[in-house]
Amino acid sequence: MTSKVKILYFASLREAVGCSGEELDLPAGVATVGALRSHLAGRGEGWQALAAGRNVRAALNQKMAAPDTALDGGDEVAFFPPVTGG
Amino acid sequence: MVQARAQGAAEVSVQHEDFDVGAEIARLGEGRRDVGAVASFVGLVRDANEGSGVRAMTLEHYPGMTERALEEIVEQAKARWSLLAVRVIHRHGRLEPADRIVFVGVASAHRGEAFAACEFIMDYLKTRAPFWKCEETPQGARWVDARESDDSAAARWEGSGSQAADGDDWDDIELRR
Repeated sequence: MTSKVKILYFASLREAVGCSGEELDLPAGVATVGALRSHLAGRGEGWQALAAGRNVRAALNQKMAAPDTALDGGDEVAFFPPVTGG
Repeated sequence: MVQARAQGAAEVSVQHEDFDVGAEIARLGEGRRDVGAVASFVGLVRDANEGSGVRAMTLEHYPGMTERALEEIVEQAKARWSLLAVRVIHRHGRLEPADRIVFVGVASAHRGEAFAACEFIMDYLKTRAPFWKCEETPQGARWVDARESDDSAAARWEGSGSQAADGDDWDDIELRR
């Protein structure tokens, strides 16, 4: 069993953090989408775009997720700004 | 009872290529005699937004999730109205003013359902399908901000009909923090 998650970033958030995705070993204590977001925001600089109060949405395994949505190894998590299609 | 579309014909397409509006509309009623109404919507790239000129825009999306989100919106529309055929096409990549962005077509027995479902699909697509627009303006490139009016347009469908829920999660990540 792996504790790695795949993380994707889109649009302005992708530009802010400077990459479109990564694989990450879930740090101890990070068990939800919200906790992962806080962890990433703590990297500083462009990662501040993920900080609390910023307008960020999240998806877990390609479905919209709430901050308390539980994470598991092998999951695909995505962070992005509110959508603007159509 | 309702056979949505001819076998093998996709209801949802996410593509860079343009589409033929006339052919798509014709296909919605093709090979059947129970369709009394076809309503459609076409979204185009405007040459101006928020007070500045737009030379072009690039639509980014989340491959995989985008298709799933659109399919789910179509399923929700079918659960609310009795629809005979549905077609949604959304383009991605770089597009210029007057280019087509999105097509929604709905066939039903009577016009009321076709009109309503077409508008519902567009309202939900605007707030739930993972697409993002980046505009090229004389002042440089800028990401388009989500509009409050799109949220309220989608919200007016809630509270009536079956299950519009679960899209509520879009706001949760902010609201619950």
